[in-house]
Amino acid sequence: MSALLKVEDLHVSFATPRGVVEAVRGVSFELGRERLGIVGESGSGKSQTGRALLRLSARNGRIDAKRLEFDGVDLLKASERDMRKIRGARISMIMQDPRYSLNPVMTIGDQIAEAFLIHVDAPKREARARTLAMLETVQIREPEKVYDLYPHEVSGGMGQRVMIAMMLIPSPDLIIADEPTSALDVTVQMQVLSLLDDMVRERGMGLILISHDLNLVASFCDRVLVMYGGRVMEVLEAGKLHEARHPYTQGLLNCAPELDRPKDMLPVLTRDPAWLDE
Amino acid sequence: MSVAAERPGGIRGWLLSPSPGSRRQARCQRAYIGWIAFRANPIAMTGLIIIASLVLMAIFAPLLTGSDGLQPELENRLQPASAAHWFGTDQLGRDIYDRIVWGSRITLYIVGLVSIIVVPIGMAIGVVAGYFGGWVDNVLMRITDIFLAFPRLILALALVAALGAGIENAVLAIALTTWSPYARIARAEVLTIRKSDFILAAQAQGASNFRILRRHVAPLCLASVIVRLTLDMAGIILTAAGLGFLGLGAQPPTPEWGAMISNGRQLLLDQWWVPTVPGIAIFVVSLGFCLLGDGLRDVLDPKNSGG
Amino acid sequence: MISIENLDVRFGHGTAEVHAVRDVSFEVARGEVYGLVGESGSGKSTVLRAIARLTPGWTGAIRVDGEAIGHRRDRKAARKMQMVFQDPYGSLHPRHTIDDILSEPMEIHNLGDRTRRIRGALEDVGLGPELRFRYPHQISGGQRQRVAIARALILEPEVLLLDEPTSALDVSVQAEILNLLKRLQRERGLTYLTVSHNLAVVAHLCKRVAVMNRGRIVEELTVEQLRAGAARQDYTRQLIAASAGFDREFARSLVTFE
Repeated sequence: MSALLKVEDLHVSFATPRGVVEAVRGVSFELGRERLGIVGESGSGKSQTGRALLRLSARNGRIDAKRLEFDGVDLLKASERDMRKIRGARISMIMQDPRYSLNPVMTIGDQIAEAFLIHVDAPKREARARTLAMLETVQIREPEKVYDLYPHEVSGGMGQRVMIAMMLIPSPDLIIADEPTSALDVTVQMQVLSLLDDMVRERGMGLILISHDLNLVASFCDRVLVMYGGRVMEVLEAGKLHEARHPYTQGLLNCAPELDRPKDMLPVLTRDPAWLDE
Repeated sequence: MSVAAERPGGIRGWLLSPSPGSRRQARCQRAYIGWIAFRANPIAMTGLIIIASLVLMAIFAPLLTGSDGLQPELENRLQPASAAHWFGTDQLGRDIYDRIVWGSRITLYIVGLVSIIVVPIGMAIGVVAGYFGGWVDNVLMRITDIFLAFPRLILALALVAALGAGIENAVLAIALTTWSPYARIARAEVLTIRKSDFILAAQAQGASNFRILRRHVAPLCLASVIVRLTLDMAGIILTAAGLGFLGLGAQPPTPEWGAMISNGRQLLLDQWWVPTVPGIAIFVVSLGFCLLGDGLRDVLDPKNSGG
Repeated sequence: MISIENLDVRFGHGTAEVHAVRDVSFEVARGEVYGLVGESGSGKSTVLRAIARLTPGWTGAIRVDGEAIGHRRDRKAARKMQMVFQDPYGSLHPRHTIDDILSEPMEIHNLGDRTRRIRGALEDVGLGPELRFRYPHQISGGQRQRVAIARALILEPEVLLLDEPTSALDVSVQAEILNLLKRLQRERGLTYLTVSHNLAVVAHLCKRVAVMNRGRIVEELTVEQLRAGAARQDYTRQLIAASAGFDREFARSLVTFE
């Protein structure tokens, strides 16, 4: 199976008044039609890695890589026009909080239909039918009714499902989900993840799940990249979380309180500056 | 320490030190960082230079002028610009340059007095209405709406007509017609922070409502009010000039710029400099305030600077 | 130390009325650490805010150290009981220095010797004196939460109300804050009432836990029962299973509890 996405030595840096800040420093990975997790704490560069894949870094950002290739297209050299065709249609991004990502003055159905019409030339009637079908796919019970609701009229969990429907309707090949469930309750989180899981299995998409929650990501993804300080510390296979070798990964695992293993005081994570030079 | 040695020393080092040693140093540092941001904005700096020149002109008026601009010298009537009279003279032979310089004091006097009245009234009403909500909000905001509903110049005209012409009455009239938008701005600002955790934290500490308004709420509204005030200055100057022009503001022979235009208006075609020079002065100062306000908005607005 | 009887909280009027807390009763002993767990909308934070007198319009009885808590804010109750908020970015005034923030409670309660107390409070929460005159945006999220804890402790209260004290923080920082809270509780014999959606965090801090759903306490259990999986209610069991990580079969079997 040929890789869908090839990333080699990715660097993202930002010019700030206080000098250049390097957010991502030499990240490499390949992604097939699988679920890849990127885990790290704030400032680890995990979100910037996700954004760089779509060239959505902030205006003062600079993306460099030896290779950044999606399905044979060189993302570094692609024109802004080509990028617009790729964004949404072939690579979709799901953000953390649906309330900020949905247009508040447009009904949910119209927004999803528009996402479809931007990428596919089809009559409005078909867009509506597709939208209703998609709402059903993301397990919304009364799609006809929800179609005409505004974003503020639905719960956080439903809003996130609407976002997923919107991102899926152009049938992308790759979904980048940046903390898609952090704002949600645990049970709703499970439902949203199971939905993403179905999509990967049934449609053969690639999925990059970016999160701070190592345990959650490890239980969901096929592979996990653990990032710290803009670098990949370790790549873990699914289910082999407890074979983690890197002291950073071990530290992250140990310092989280666990229900089934009580600890009196939690071990504090000590960071070794040498990790950044390896 | 080797780290400390790499930092700039002296006053800049003090202003940029990452661990300020006193409240005063912390406040100075914040002001300095704001100033760096402000300095980088050329439009704002232009505005600041114009306004600073106006202030300097007002302070040093006696040194900058040859006369007090009030005494008629009828033998020098309507002279065009020359080395002796840079902007020419008016129909009473008074030097227009001198009158413009002395007039800057009146402009600043009006602007300053209006601000002193408008900001506290607008802030107090807006902050109280926004914080308490409910019927307090309803009553205060309906009063504000009433003042907002009047056309500004008409209400000012009516007030001056009732109180009598003169600078103080013009200022009062302008202030009464200007405060309402400030109440609205302050209220809008309070509504966004009223439910913040830091307000709840102050409440949980047992702080009184008055203390919360004074220490926690008002300082956060002040920035947008000051920005709005600076942007409004142009309008205030124009209204004052308008009242002066209509003969309801400053009375002759006071060198108020609006009144100067009014007195020179019949001369526009033949001795154009008489009404034009004060017109340019009003224009430049209004522009200066607008540019300054724009720059201040970028520096002061907490939403832009992230704290 | 804290006793809640038949607490009922409603917001709004008429058709827009939300019945946020329904007939909640529980007791917390002196020096005990008690947790309220639930998902968003369960009413757990509302209970906390009613006790802190930040929510008007409740009915029932709230007693702290034997004294009934009224609906109005009063300074005496504030000295006995302080609160730490969830988001350390939102709970510190953006234009006040750390020094201002820590001075504020002392000014309200007319306490003297402020410099010594501020230095002591910073030391207690593991912050160096060089942070004293910085603004909140100049320090990290974990340091901010330490400042929030120092502010709550500076009045030397006996009760701390903790509203999701670590959910806005990274895991490694969460560990440091949880350790700090645990140490302070032991050293001073404080009584904690903690609210969280995270079962593991609550289990780590608390001795007893009440699980809330839709404004009601579903069940109350000790941490040992929680850890042993001895929950009696289906809702609690589902919550425990969902916290364990993603499981395809389990995710499909999820039910909504009314």
